[in-house]
Amino acid sequence: MTRDIAKYRAAKWNEPLIMEQGSPGERGVIPIEAEDEIQRKVGDVAGSLPKKARRADLPKLPEVSQMQVLRHYVRLSQMTLGMDVTPDASSGTCTMKYSPKVNEELARMHHIRELHPLQDEETLQGLLELMYRFNRIMCAISGLDEFSFQPGSGAQGIYTNACIIRGYHESKGQIKQRNEVISTAFSHPADEATPHVAGFKVITLMPGERGYPELESLKAALSSRTAGFMVTNPEDTGLFNPHMGEMVRLVKQAGGLCAYDQANANGILGISRAADVGFDMCQFNLHKTFSAPHGAVGLGCAAVGVRKDLARFLPKPVVTFDGKKYHLDYDRPESIGKIRSFMGNVQTVLKSYAWVMALGADGIRSVAETAVLNNNYLASKVTKIKGVELPWDPKVRRLEQIRYSWAKLLHDTGVTTTDMSHNLVAYGLQQYMQSHEPRLVDEPMTLEPSESLSLDDLDEYAAALKTMSDQAYKDPETFKGGPYNGAVNNHDDAQFNDPKRWAMTYRAYQRKRDAAAKK
Amino acid sequence: MPDSQKFGHPFIPNSAPKARERALKEIGIKDVEDIYATIPPELRFKDKLDLPKPFLSEVALRRHVEGIISKNKSAHEYLNFLGAGTWQHYVPAVCDEIANRGEFLTAYGGGPYGDPGKLQALFESQSMLGEMLGMEAVAAPTYDWSAAVASALLMACRLSGRREVLVPENMSGERHAQIWNFVRPHTAVTKVKMDAATGRLDVKDLKAKVSDKTAGVYFENPTYLGTIETEADAIVAAAHEKGALAIAGVDPITLGVLAPPSAYGADVAVGDYQTLGIHMYGGGGLGGFMACADDPKLVHGLSTYLISVGDGQAKGERVFGYTEFHRTHYETRAVAVDYTGTTQWLWGIIGGVYLALLGPHGIRELGEGVMQRSRYAATVLGDLDGVRSPRLEGPFFKEFVVNFDGRKKTAAQVNKALLDRKIFGGLDLSKEFPSLGQSALYCVTEVHTKDDIDTLASALKEVLK
Repeated sequence: MTRDIAKYRAAKWNEPLIMEQGSPGERGVIPIEAEDEIQRKVGDVAGSLPKKARRADLPKLPEVSQMQVLRHYVRLSQMTLGMDVTPDASSGTCTMKYSPKVNEELARMHHIRELHPLQDEETLQGLLELMYRFNRIMCAISGLDEFSFQPGSGAQGIYTNACIIRGYHESKGQIKQRNEVISTAFSHPADEATPHVAGFKVITLMPGERGYPELESLKAALSSRTAGFMVTNPEDTGLFNPHMGEMVRLVKQAGGLCAYDQANANGILGISRAADVGFDMCQFNLHKTFSAPHGAVGLGCAAVGVRKDLARFLPKPVVTFDGKKYHLDYDRPESIGKIRSFMGNVQTVLKSYAWVMALGADGIRSVAETAVLNNNYLASKVTKIKGVELPWDPKVRRLEQIRYSWAKLLHDTGVTTTDMSHNLVAYGLQQYMQSHEPRLVDEPMTLEPSESLSLDDLDEYAAALKTMSDQAYKDPETFKGGPYNGAVNNHDDAQFNDPKRWAMTYRAYQRKRDAAAKK
Repeated sequence: MPDSQKFGHPFIPNSAPKARERALKEIGIKDVEDIYATIPPELRFKDKLDLPKPFLSEVALRRHVEGIISKNKSAHEYLNFLGAGTWQHYVPAVCDEIANRGEFLTAYGGGPYGDPGKLQALFESQSMLGEMLGMEAVAAPTYDWSAAVASALLMACRLSGRREVLVPENMSGERHAQIWNFVRPHTAVTKVKMDAATGRLDVKDLKAKVSDKTAGVYFENPTYLGTIETEADAIVAAAHEKGALAIAGVDPITLGVLAPPSAYGADVAVGDYQTLGIHMYGGGGLGGFMACADDPKLVHGLSTYLISVGDGQAKGERVFGYTEFHRTHYETRAVAVDYTGTTQWLWGIIGGVYLALLGPHGIRELGEGVMQRSRYAATVLGDLDGVRSPRLEGPFFKEFVVNFDGRKKTAAQVNKALLDRKIFGGLDLSKEFPSLGQSALYCVTEVHTKDDIDTLASALKEVLK
């Protein structure tokens, strides 16, 4: 049974800013004082600092008692649609799925939480073993030979791939000549952005009539300058490019390396692996595909995998095993060096390891199949809604996500996909991902219902879209004024891009507001 | 083992047979293979993944993972004096409570309509951090301190059109490696020497190296070796004289007692949220920040997310949104100058919770207490025969260098012996800073009691016999 979405009312606490709460003298916590003997021995150390090294005034932090601080943040959390409270099919490309609670409890054990990254490796044997085991697991899942978990996000994983491509051509003395990376318009923006940051010129392949780049466009881009090919597949459209094997072959023939951005791998785990397609390297998002929580845009981790002969370029340190003990190997002269501090978000690795160990090979396969089924189930419902279209050949199946179009809705009613996305929160559902730029699909909507969603969840989601479409056709003007029942009402975005009004801190906000009031 | 023909996996509702049947029927196919037909057979993986046998029950899974990680020795069991980029401070219970809130923990990129609470929390963190730093524009969290430095240096290059940056010799080798890897396609990186006696930046050497080709000067305060840059204003002045941006790396927990970077004129401040109520997590506790004046020229130069407050339609309603999103790699794509992504926003939220809990008096008292403890520790270690502590002259906050040259023991040997006594000694500096001989970088904070420090001192006395 699905809930009655029309009766939803968001928590809307109208919570003042924390800086506007409390009163002088209130305390949230009281720091521990140094013991009397210490104080007697060393005196007022801070007070003896040279004047200019000392802070003159107290910082203007709020003074709020403990329960009030707690309550404030709990209320703000209630105005946040995390996956624990909503079936998020909205965040296409983000693979929102269940993050098992037991994994959180494990990561909170002092054996992980209270580790210092520079401890003697003798005292990190458990962590290193865990990383080593997960390395083997990722090798099995990708078909590649060695992994690093140092990068802190998908974008950083993709960047790591770009650095490995750079390191490889540098090692052959060819980086000056081979300075071009090829990507595609429907890959994640980082597949174009990060090789550029790493110093490459970037060539973008545009989709052909079937929604993905055709072989000819790749052939035209290849040359003796080609350093690499960095691509998401399936792309953000959910279409699997059937030419991918041949594309990889052609890039390699031209002397380039191929990096598979597996950000969209949720539907192909155990179905088609990076190595099966011929890729030299890849990256997976552990916070997406491998269930670690997305942390409100945080605590990510990319698993970067490579072929055996490229392992020498992986970031330092690499975890090794001598049959008895685990080690952190820093002695890697050809390594691209450091991508992120220390070993990265190791707690995220633990969560993903535990997730795989709760599933096994059959479970992982079931993840992929069910993600694909869920997506096509939702598509079957969504494509019956007035105003939605499926771009390109509607008969060609999409895998784990779909980029739809509301172009017809806009044409018929004047309601945009932005209006639709914002109004979705009035049903307790996350505003949906439209598209990365450039918007090659008109009025895009990108949905990805992962394996975590039940049929009830999917029915509820489709019902919300249907209700919105009905309202948009019936009374577009009222609809465009929404959302009405969300945690926040419709508002003007222009203020955030106006230097006279934007404010990234309260003090800037106060200053600008006072200046405006004087006028 | 449950029969998968009869039951679904607990994480996968539609793996249950009836639901799966219903899904297939709605789609109008017999088998999911009909969908996978879009993948050419030669690109398919035909075997079963070679994965370990799973633990389907939660209790078995928990036992298995606990069995592995309990082989670690943590700072909960051992006495820890390591700092150097991740620091052990006390984490108030409310910080953990909020970090564990499922709504925040499992949120992601939901925007101003879906996640206004998340954005308000981050705006508040930016605001409180801005108060600590004395700066009005604070970006959303970056990956870590080092990433923030790298981004700030490239920003300096773009703003000035110059292609050289100066970084201090007295910084961590790992940090230098991370920064260098990031900026090397775009700028030369030159190291400025440190003063041998104090471990602070050698302002003379800085003046010799900074020129009208220099885009930015980065320095840390306190330095990597712990001493406080009491002449930070001279570093900034030397940078400004040549038109270079001055970028200060600061640990925000010091700023209740130390002068904020705005006070000595820094243009950009960078650092890490980790000390503000976030556990060490083996290095996973890091989350960088960047801040500057609210000058449109500087703000345009930032490349990460920027979260702004604004006014809603209703009187007094506050709304939150993204400022100049078009700067980010999500829109610049093939001509991106930097990239952001899934950075450490959860830690950004918690940094704010921490500052709200501590308040102005708490953050000052905390700093005062830390300085007393670390000074006490440096003094009692210095009282040991043949130990020079603090090895460097001048005031320090929580970290200080201890030298063992007088005892013919290497820092590594000392640490091994301390480990046998369940103590994580300070970081061995002998390879990174050979000029300091056999030295180690010790970190003492409010988590250390007098007993802890005395335990360290007597253990060292034994070890150095």
